Amino acid sequence: MRSPQEPLETDPLIDDPDTRIVVCCGSGGVGKTTTAAALGLRAAERGRRVVVLTIDPARRLAQSMGLTELDNVPRPVPGIDTTAGGELFAMMLDMKRTFDEIVEAHADPARARAILDNPFYQSLSAGFAGTQEYMAMEKLGQLAARDAWDLIVVDTPPSRSALDFLDAPQRLGSFLDGRFIRLLMAPAKAGGRAGRKVMSLGMAGLSLVTGTLGKVLGTALLRDVQTFVAAMDTMFGGFRTRADATYRLLQAPGTAFLVVAAPERDALREAAYFVERLAAERMPLAGLVLNRVHTSDGAHLGAERALAAAETLESRESASDADRAAAGLLRVHAERMRQLTREERTRARFTAVHPRVPVVEVPALPEDVHDLAGLRAIGDRLSQTDGAQPFG
Amino acid sequence: MVSGKGGTGKTTVAAALALALAEEGRRTLLVEVEGRQGIAQLFETEALPYEERRIAIGPGGGEVFALAIDAERALLDYLQMFYKLGGAGRALRRIGAIDFATTVAPGLRDVLLTGKVCEAVRRRGPDGGWAYDAVVMDAPPTGRVTRFLAVNDEVAGLARVGPIHHQAQAVMRVLKSAETAVHLVTLLEEMPVQETADGVAELRAADLPVGGTVVNMVRPALDSTAATPLPAPNDLAAALTRAGLRDAEALTAPLLSQGREHVTRLALEATQRDELARLDLPVRELPLLPDGVDLAGLYRLARLLRAQDW
Ligand SMILES: Nc1ncnc2c1ncn2[C@@H]1O[C@H](COP(=O)(O)OP(=O)(O)OP(=O)(O)O)[C@@H](O)[C@H]1O
Ligand SMILES: Nc1ncnc2c1ncn2[C@@H]1O[C@H](COP(=O)(O)OP(=O)(O)O)[C@@H](O)[C@H]1O
Ligand SMILES: [Mg+2]
Ligand SMILES: [Mg+2]
Repeated sequence: MRSPQEPLETDPLIDDPDTRIVVCCGSGGVGKTTTAAALGLRAAERGRRVVVLTIDPARRLAQSMGLTELDNVPRPVPGIDTTAGGELFAMMLDMKRTFDEIVEAHADPARARAILDNPFYQSLSAGFAGTQEYMAMEKLGQLAARDAWDLIVVDTPPSRSALDFLDAPQRLGSFLDGRFIRLLMAPAKAGGRAGRKVMSLGMAGLSLVTGTLGKVLGTALLRDVQTFVAAMDTMFGGFRTRADATYRLLQAPGTAFLVVAAPERDALREAAYFVERLAAERMPLAGLVLNRVHTSDGAHLGAERALAAAETLESRESASDADRAAAGLLRVHAERMRQLTREERTRARFTAVHPRVPVVEVPALPEDVHDLAGLRAIGDRLSQTDGAQPFG
Repeated sequence: MVSGKGGTGKTTVAAALALALAEEGRRTLLVEVEGRQGIAQLFETEALPYEERRIAIGPGGGEVFALAIDAERALLDYLQMFYKLGGAGRALRRIGAIDFATTVAPGLRDVLLTGKVCEAVRRRGPDGGWAYDAVVMDAPPTGRVTRFLAVNDEVAGLARVGPIHHQAQAVMRVLKSAETAVHLVTLLEEMPVQETADGVAELRAADLPVGGTVVNMVRPALDSTAATPLPAPNDLAAALTRAGLRDAEALTAPLLSQGREHVTRLALEATQRDELARLDLPVRELPLLPDGVDLAGLYRLARLLRAQDW
């Protein structure tokens, strides 16, 4: 069925030399990584020098892109068609490694070692909800600063909410640069600026706070945190500043956001939040990629009629093999038509609220996408603007 | 504990399981920890406060209670319980300590959440019996669940003495006991099944009891096609005409290509089933409800869970 919406044209987007960053976002499992990889490959095969930053690719997809080692630097992807003069690099984000690298780059070796060995740092860098988002932003900033590629395609972490990608870095940044962590540091540098701040809270407040924390966290943990904070001292301010800088990069005219969603209620609800949020942040939305859409070339035969026809065949006195097979195929078709109707209904709800968001539909392939051929097939569909072409 | 890859149906299955376990005269508690009000949405009620309240009667006649744990409130409860410090909440919040403890400090949040669940598990009612016969938790996704459940081992190591240390050990005893089971929800697709296999390995390595897998959203198999080789286009066209369809010619190609896709999908699902079988765990199944999960659908899933061996 035709959509009333403007189609999303991805080829002009990725061909445009002014497009420098494409961010694929959306809720978990909808196809962000697949879309990012497919667009990167297509852009490279159309002549651009591209790097794709993937976050958590399916194992076989990673292998097919030559991402077998996690070394946190972009590697050339073998097997691509370079006749148009393009190149493709890909990397898989290693969040801990990225965090370690920031520490190493901003502290002298002895201090860096102290931080890296600190148990509190180790837990923080391995696991804080938001570390992955922060490090994805950080890596994006690094790749952009290197200026070695003319297009960066970014995948985003499998957050429970697509908005985490925008919010988590600032949350972590403001924690690392914030008041509380300075307060923890106070005993380590009594009389310093932070110390004076604490004094202003009143002595009663201070002893209540550190005393309570000592009891709750255990003094050993509190000591780890304090040592960590003291060692990180030189880096304070930097986290927030860098998170802010990357945030501005995302608002720049060379950036385009693609919101990826499956035609399901929850995924489209997330997509709608994201679209609204991007508008509020004045971040440039290119459009919605509706992925894993079911289509049918026989859509003029509805589910009800297909089922009725199947029953007619099955109830024939002397049903032949062909009758039984045809009945089976009609039932498969009825199932497909039901799904199609559901998906259309869900999509219509999104369209009603966001009629001006350009959309491109990518059909559900019968198999997972785990090689360059599969990515090319997705790329082809991403560039077709007539919406409802069936597959194969 | 119900975990699984994101979006596979953890919340739905946890809720259905809580309903299923509520036999006549029994009580179950359904707990959520991610602050998303998924339970309220499923049961079509207003947002749950941080308080255990009855939300349903299971198909077996027992009562289902629900609790949405709020990490911040849980922290204040703890401060009050262990240190009579509930009143310090405001001061702590002002300087960002509460934020630190509940969102940033690695693991602390998880300690609070698992602690609260274990408290409910061990609680006694006025008659001296268990307050709840079963506690079902909508746990974090597979990628995080082992760390979440094992956090108390980590904490017992970090905070080497003191009440937190003892509390952490007590929680681990409950979680590692034979009374706990971590069930993993999956779909018959490659990534969720892979994640399930990885999750089972991690849970086992951490000594946490794995229950079984729940294959969710199983689509109807439509065996007739799988069993029959696809017909020749002419034969198909003739059969469609016999069925009274006038546009038979135009339908053969689409029906055949959809049939091929269906066969491919069945083969893929069979491969994933084999992968799951290799885990050597009980497998339960729930069908894809074509119109999504409303309250009636949830009860249907609960009855289907009851009908399977546990
Ligand atoms: N058996 C089923 N049949 C049809 N739809 C289902 C079924 N199980 C779950 N769903 C639907 O799938 C979606 C995801 O389910 P649910 O929210 O339970 O997943 P989850 O694993 O808790 O997700 P998250 O990782 O986001 O917490 C919901 O829209 C739910 O209604
Ligand atoms: N259009 C499609 N057709 C078939 N399978 C798809 C399609 N898009 C994605 N997939 C599959 O869905 C799974 C999840 O995709 P992925 O890109 O990893 O999602 P995300 O990055 O959003 O979590 C992968 O196994 C992928 O191969
Ligand atoms: Mg991904
Ligand atoms: Mg959930």
